[in-house]
Amino acid sequence: MAAPEVHHLFHRPIADHSFSADRQTLAIARDTQVELYGRVGNAFKLKDELKGHDKLVTSVDIAPNTGRIVTCSQDRNALVWEPSPTGYKPTLVLLRISRAATFVRWSPSEAKFAVGSGDRVIAICYFEEENDWWVSKHLKKPIRSTITSVAWHPNSVLLAAGSTDAHARVFSAFIKGTDQRPEPSPWGERLPFNTVCGEFLNNSAGWVHAVAFSPSGDALAFAAHDSSVTVVYPSAPEQPPKAVISINTQLLPFMSLFWNGETEIIAAGYDCEAFRFQGGEQGWQLAGTLEKVKAGRPGLGGEDREESALNMFRQMDLKGKVTKDDTQLKTVHQNTVTMLRPFEESGGRVTKFSSSGVDGRVVIWHT
Amino acid sequence: MSQSLRPYLQAVRSSLTAALCLSNFASQTAERHNVPEVEARTSPEVLLTPLTIARNENERVLIEPSINSIRISIKIKQADEIEHILVHKFTRFLTQRAESFFILRRKPIKGYDISFLITNFHTEEMLKHKLVDFIIQFMEEVDKEISEMKLFLNARARFVAESFLTPFD
Repeated sequence: MAAPEVHHLFHRPIADHSFSADRQTLAIARDTQVELYGRVGNAFKLKDELKGHDKLVTSVDIAPNTGRIVTCSQDRNALVWEPSPTGYKPTLVLLRISRAATFVRWSPSEAKFAVGSGDRVIAICYFEEENDWWVSKHLKKPIRSTITSVAWHPNSVLLAAGSTDAHARVFSAFIKGTDQRPEPSPWGERLPFNTVCGEFLNNSAGWVHAVAFSPSGDALAFAAHDSSVTVVYPSAPEQPPKAVISINTQLLPFMSLFWNGETEIIAAGYDCEAFRFQGGEQGWQLAGTLEKVKAGRPGLGGEDREESALNMFRQMDLKGKVTKDDTQLKTVHQNTVTMLRPFEESGGRVTKFSSSGVDGRVVIWHT
Repeated sequence: MSQSLRPYLQAVRSSLTAALCLSNFASQTAERHNVPEVEARTSPEVLLTPLTIARNENERVLIEPSINSIRISIKIKQADEIEHILVHKFTRFLTQRAESFFILRRKPIKGYDISFLITNFHTEEMLKHKLVDFIIQFMEEVDKEISEMKLFLNARARFVAESFLTPFD
């Protein structure tokens, strides 16, 4: 396994990051603006700044084919940035929400996108030709709290959403005129707008931080604040799911996850490192960390007390102090990992993925 | 470190590490606001169950976690009247300088002597494990400090009384 590629961009939190389809441009949500970095050799250099929001930008997503960038922010707005020869041109989206927008993702068809918000709604936005602007339809029921993350099904109609009311839900976001009628799937056959295809809660009802559909779309995984990852396999429309598997861990909660094929999930969060889960319909288990060095939580005993006397005297001799320097974490990320995204895929498997964290680093990992 | 202090501090340390999982969370009730939810208390679903860790009836820690902030309140050991006065003076000295301490709350929670308020902005700027270390170190040092002050006060009182009563000898 090759060493991860670390890009330390600045010392501020990165709320979200997104690569363009050719992986040469990197969009970073930094405070109230979005920064575009271009690849120069082995490094990323600042190329452009997209200024248009006046509160923290919470999410950014680049559409792979059209190159459009969508951003959303705590100032209640979402902007679509259209690439043009003179730079990016922003268009305001009519979101009709009165609280912070928290999460945005393009659908795989790139004809619409979903914006999660603190207003207990998800706005499904699509382009209206006759008025020449982006309008939205609201998914309202039965959301009772802030939406923390959304994820699209590969058919661009179903949408999974995680929320701080501890539920992960699957909705239909079918827009007449924009979408093709979807193939029947285990989630549902007839899918008018705002059909709730599934509503899942884990055992201790923690806030859901991340949701993701498997590549086939026939399974849903979500990570919650009780440090668990739950995988749901639906059976048929209107039927209870075939299997709901919760993997409880002794780690800190996960903030983001993605599927690597149908039998592997990679998740990362407050432990500042990525973990691998493996399994299937029969059961899932934690398969270990993706860091090379065995990292422990600092200060929680264990390795500190095992230190030998020889080491102690060597420390005293070299540095004139007994206590060792523990400001540096042993992980690559030095603070919470906020977002994981697949970076390179081949043959249905993710071979590389990227992560961004509160420490201002973007890291490209080999799986 | 005494035998019962170590497990107590270890319990506080593990609970704090787990509770300090904070994220940026905008208010659900006020437009364009971002406030510590543990103080605002406007959305019950983003607050977690408060936790009390007690070593004995006089020494305890209250941890109140929420999605974007946590509040830690410490009850410092007070065995007698003098210690009570000393703790009051000591915490007053600290809280009056709260802005230079960043995480210190200006007013302690009722029933406790000193409170800290840590928000997601603090965990973004500072190292999380160092914040935990700071709280633990504070808890270790404050008892030592108070008993030292008490000894010093007693010694001084004895000296003053002696020199005051010498003329009447």
